[in-house]
Amino acid sequence: MAAAAAGRGPGCGPGDSPEGPEAEAPERRRKAHGMLKLYYGLSEVEAAGRPAGPDPLDPTDLNGAHFDPEVYLDKLRRECPLAQLMDSETDMVRQIRALDSDMQTLVYENYNKFISATDTIRKMKNDFRKMEDEMDRLATNMAVITDFSARISATLQDRHERITKLAGVHALLRKLQFLFELPSRLTKCVELGAYGQAVRYQGRARAVLQQYQHLPSFRAIQDDCQVITARLAQQLRQRFREGGSGAPEQAECVELLLALGEPAEELCEEFLAHGRARLEEELRSLEAELGPSPPAPDVLEFTDRGGSGFVGGLCQVAAAYQELFAAQGPAGAEKLAAFARELGSRYFALVERRLAQEQGGSDNSLLVRALDRFHRRLRAPGALLAAAGLAEAATEIVERVARERLGQHLQGLQSAFLGCLTDVRQALAAPRVAGKEGPGLAELLANVASSTLGHIKASLASVHLFTAKEVSFSNKPYFRGEFCSQGVRESLIVGFIRSMCQTAQNFCESPGEKGGATPPALLLLLSRLCLDYETATISYILTLTDEQFLVQDQSPVTPVSTLCAEARETARRLLTHYVKLQGLVISQMLRKSVETRDWLGTLEPRNVRAVMKRVVEDTTAIDVQVGLLYEEGVRKAQSSDSSKRTFSVYSSSRQQGRYAPSYTPSAPMDTNLLSNIQKLFSERIDVFSPVEFNKVSVLTGIIKISLKTLLECVRLRTFGRFGLQQVQVDCHFLQLYLWRFVADEELVHLLLDEVVASAALRCPDPVPMEPSVVEVICERG
Amino acid sequence: MPAELEPGGHESPEDAASPAHALELLCHLGPAAHGSTACVAWEPAGDGKRVISLADNHILLWDLQESSSQAVLASSASLEGKGQLKFTTGRWSPHHNCTQVATANDTAVRGWDTRTMSQIYCIESAHGQLVRDLDFNPNKQYYLASCGDDCRVKFWDTRNVTEPVKTLEEHSHWVWGVRYNHSHDQLVLTGSSDSRVILSNMVSISSEPFGHLVDDDDLSEQEERSQEPPQDSVIATYEEHEDSVYAVDWSSADPWLFASLSYDGRLVINRVPRALKYHILL
Repeated sequence: MAAAAAGRGPGCGPGDSPEGPEAEAPERRRKAHGMLKLYYGLSEVEAAGRPAGPDPLDPTDLNGAHFDPEVYLDKLRRECPLAQLMDSETDMVRQIRALDSDMQTLVYENYNKFISATDTIRKMKNDFRKMEDEMDRLATNMAVITDFSARISATLQDRHERITKLAGVHALLRKLQFLFELPSRLTKCVELGAYGQAVRYQGRARAVLQQYQHLPSFRAIQDDCQVITARLAQQLRQRFREGGSGAPEQAECVELLLALGEPAEELCEEFLAHGRARLEEELRSLEAELGPSPPAPDVLEFTDRGGSGFVGGLCQVAAAYQELFAAQGPAGAEKLAAFARELGSRYFALVERRLAQEQGGSDNSLLVRALDRFHRRLRAPGALLAAAGLAEAATEIVERVARERLGQHLQGLQSAFLGCLTDVRQALAAPRVAGKEGPGLAELLANVASSTLGHIKASLASVHLFTAKEVSFSNKPYFRGEFCSQGVRESLIVGFIRSMCQTAQNFCESPGEKGGATPPALLLLLSRLCLDYETATISYILTLTDEQFLVQDQSPVTPVSTLCAEARETARRLLTHYVKLQGLVISQMLRKSVETRDWLGTLEPRNVRAVMKRVVEDTTAIDVQVGLLYEEGVRKAQSSDSSKRTFSVYSSSRQQGRYAPSYTPSAPMDTNLLSNIQKLFSERIDVFSPVEFNKVSVLTGIIKISLKTLLECVRLRTFGRFGLQQVQVDCHFLQLYLWRFVADEELVHLLLDEVVASAALRCPDPVPMEPSVVEVICERG
Repeated sequence: MPAELEPGGHESPEDAASPAHALELLCHLGPAAHGSTACVAWEPAGDGKRVISLADNHILLWDLQESSSQAVLASSASLEGKGQLKFTTGRWSPHHNCTQVATANDTAVRGWDTRTMSQIYCIESAHGQLVRDLDFNPNKQYYLASCGDDCRVKFWDTRNVTEPVKTLEEHSHWVWGVRYNHSHDQLVLTGSSDSRVILSNMVSISSEPFGHLVDDDDLSEQEERSQEPPQDSVIATYEEHEDSVYAVDWSSADPWLFASLSYDGRLVINRVPRALKYHILL
C-alpha cells in the first residue's frame, strides 16, 4: 500500500492530477483512508470489505496485507529465470529506496500541521469557557422579561375585550346602515339603470331582512325594498318585453330577473315567446322573399339568409336558454325542444317551398350548393338540440330534394328523347320537297344516339354533384348507398332505358293500327337504335354509372343482361311492326288493284299493270331504306342464272303439271292432288313471322305478306280468260324482280305459283298465255 | 251470290252435291236492285220467317210469307259515309228476342235494331284491317266475337265498345272465321288463312267459369279448383289443312264436334279433346 502511494509521487496533491480530478477523487480518498486505517490498526476488518484489484489475501502480493516474504521469494525463485530475478531484485531495491525518501518527506510536511492543530485546540478551550458565562447571564435576563410581559397583558386584558366588542358593534352598525340606506340606493340604482348593481344589493340584503322581519324597523325596510324590487322587476320586465335590444341583453334581463327570484317557469315561457317573436319575424321576411310572384333571389341566397337569420337566431335562443334555465331539468329541455321543433318545421316548410320553386330550374350546382349550405347550417342547432331532430329533418329534406331531382332528370331525359324523335319525324317528313336528300337515316340515327347519350352523360354529371366530397351531406348513408344504386343507377339510368324501350314499343301499338301516325322509317330507326343499345350502349352507360358512383350498396340492381334482353325484344318488336306496316302498305295496293278491277271483262293483256311496277318500286325503296340501317343478311345459295331457271320451272313444268289439267273438267282431282303433293314438299309459310335483324329477313317478311294478300284477294274474284292471263303476266313480272330481295327465292315462286293457280281455278275459261309472250310483255314493261 | 242458292244456304252443302235430295227453289229475295249480296242470315229463333241480307251498303230485312213462298222487304237501312262502304258480313244476335243484328264493314262493326232499322252501336276500327267474321255468344248477352285481317280475334262487350274485353293473337294470317260453341261458350273456334284451326278456351269471359257447375258434395274439389284462377288458353291447334281455312263451325247435334273447310276442298272434322270435355262436364 505504501508502494502504491509512493508510486503516485509526493507532489501529487489534489487538483494536480492530469486526468479529471472528479474521477480520481473518490479513489484517492479511499486510499488515504486506507492508509489512515492501516496506521490505526483497523485494517484487518475494513480491508476485507473493500473491493481490491488483486486478491488481498494473496501472500505473494507485495502490497497486500497478508504478504508473506518467504512465499513471495519462493515463488520468485521457482518461477523466474535468473535475469528476471536480478531485475526484480534491483527493482525492489529501487522501490525500497524511494519509499524511504517518501516517508521522510511526509514526516517533515506533517509536523508543522500537528503543531498548529495543538495550538488551535488550546485556544478553543479558552473561548468556550467565556461563552458559558455569557449564556448564564442571558438566561436570567430572559426570565425577567417574561415576568414583565405577563404582568402587562394582565393589565390590558379588559381593555382589549372592550375594543373587540366595539369593533363588532361597528360592523353591525355598518350593516345596519347599509340596510337603512338600501331603499335609497336601490332607487338610485334603478334610476341610473344599474340594474345589475341593484340586484346584487337586493340579493345581499334579502336573507337578513328575511331573518329580522319581525322587528318593525326592519319590516319597514323590507317593505320598502320589496316595493322597489317590484318596481325594479317591473322595469326589467318592461325592458325585456320591449325586446328591441338583442338577444344577449334579453338574456341578461332574464338572468337578473331570475336572481330577483321571479318564477323561472313563467320567465322561461316568456323568454321563449320573445324568441319566437323574433324568429317569426325572420320567417316572415323569408316568406316575403318567397312572395307570390317573386323576383326571387336565387336559392343559394335564400338559404344563406335563412341560415344566418333564422338558424343563427335559433342557435342564440337555444344557447341562452340552456345557459339560463339549466336548472329547469328535463322539462325545460323538452320545452325548448318543442319550441325548436315547431319553428324548425315552419322553417323547413318555407325552405321546401323555395326548393320546390327550384325544381323547374336546371342549375344543379347552385341547388347543391344551397342544399349544402342549408344542411351545414343546421348542424349547429342539431348538435345543440339533439332532441328536436333538426339535423335529421334537414337531411330528410335534402334527400327528398335529391330524389325529386332524380325524377326530374328522368323526365328531362325522356322529354329530350321524345324531342329527338320529333326532330327525326320532322326530318323524315320535310326534306323530300327541298330537292336535296336531307340527312340520311344513318345520320339521323347517329344524331339521336349521340344526343341521347349526351343527355344521359349530362344528367349523370349534374347528379354527381350530390355526392361530391366537399358537400356536407354526401357522407350520409343515403347518399353513399341508396342514392347511388337505387336512385341514380336504377331509377334514373335503368328507368330511362326502360322508358325509352317503352316509348319505342308504344309506336308498335298505335290504336287503330292503321299505321298512319308513325312513319315506318321511324320504326326502323328506333329498332336499330334499340339494337345498338343492346349491343353496346347499355353496358357502356351502366359501366360509366358504376364507375362514377362507386355503388357500394348491396341492394340488388338490374343486371345488364336483363336490360339488353329488353332492348333486344323492343328492337325485334319494332322491326316486326315495321315489316307488318310496310307489308300492309303494299298489300293494300295489291288488294285495291285486285278488288276494283273487272276481271271478267278485261282485255287481252298488253302490259304489266302499273300497280305491279309500283310494288316493285316500293319494294326497292324499302330495300334501300332498310339497307341504310341493317346489314345484308344471308340468302340461300342460288345459281347464277336463277331468274331463267325459275322462269322455266314456272312456265313450262307447272303449265302442264298444275293447271293444264284444270281446264279439262274430266280430271278436276288432279289439280288438287298435284298441288297437294307439291305442298307436301314445301314448308308451311308462316306469313307474319318474327324477323331477324338483317335486311334480307325484313324484305322477305314484307314480300311474304304482300304476296299472301295477293293470293287471298285473287281467290275472292272470278276471272275471265284475259283476266287470268293478266294475272299470269303480273306474277311473272313480280317473279322477275322480287326474287333478289328475299332469303329464299323458292318462297316467291311458291306464292306466285299459288296465285296463278288460284286465278286459274276461279276462271271458267282458263287458257293460259304462251310463256314466251308473257316473257316478252314483261321484258317490254 | 245468285239468289236461287240462298234458301238452300242453311242446309249442308254436301246435300246439294248429292243427287239424293235435289234442292227446290222456294222464292227469290226480291229484285236484287241493291248490288251484290254479301251475306244472308236467318233469324236464329222464332218462327224462322225473317231474314236479313246485306247488299253493298244496304241492310235489308225480309219477311218470308206463309210457307216461304214469297219474300217481302219489310224494312231496310243503308250505310252512309264517305267512300264506298260495303258490308262484308253480318250476324243475328240470339238475345233480346232477336231484335239485334251486327254487321261488319271494312274495319268497323255496327249493331242494328231490326225494329227501327237504326244503328245502336258502332265499333269504329274494331280491327286494324278488314273484319272477316262475327259471332255472338249464345249464352251471354252483349258478348260478341270478331276476327279480321290483323290476325286477331277480339271479344267485345257491346255495352262498352271503346275497348275489347279480350284479344287473341294466335294466328299468323287473316282470321276468316270465329265461332262460339253453342252450349259451352268458353270454347271458341277460329280458322285462318295460315291454314290453322285453333280451339281456345276463353274461361275468363264465358258464361260458365270453372268450378261453377260443381256439385255441392264435391266441395273439396271445388276448393281445389277455385284456387287456380280460370285461365284462358289455347286448347289445340289443328294443322291438318294444307291451304287457307275459310270456314269453321260447330256441329249442331254434338257440342263436342266441329268441322273446318279449307281452300283445297278439304273438310276436317275434329272433336274437342276428351280430357277437356270431362273437365268441363264434371
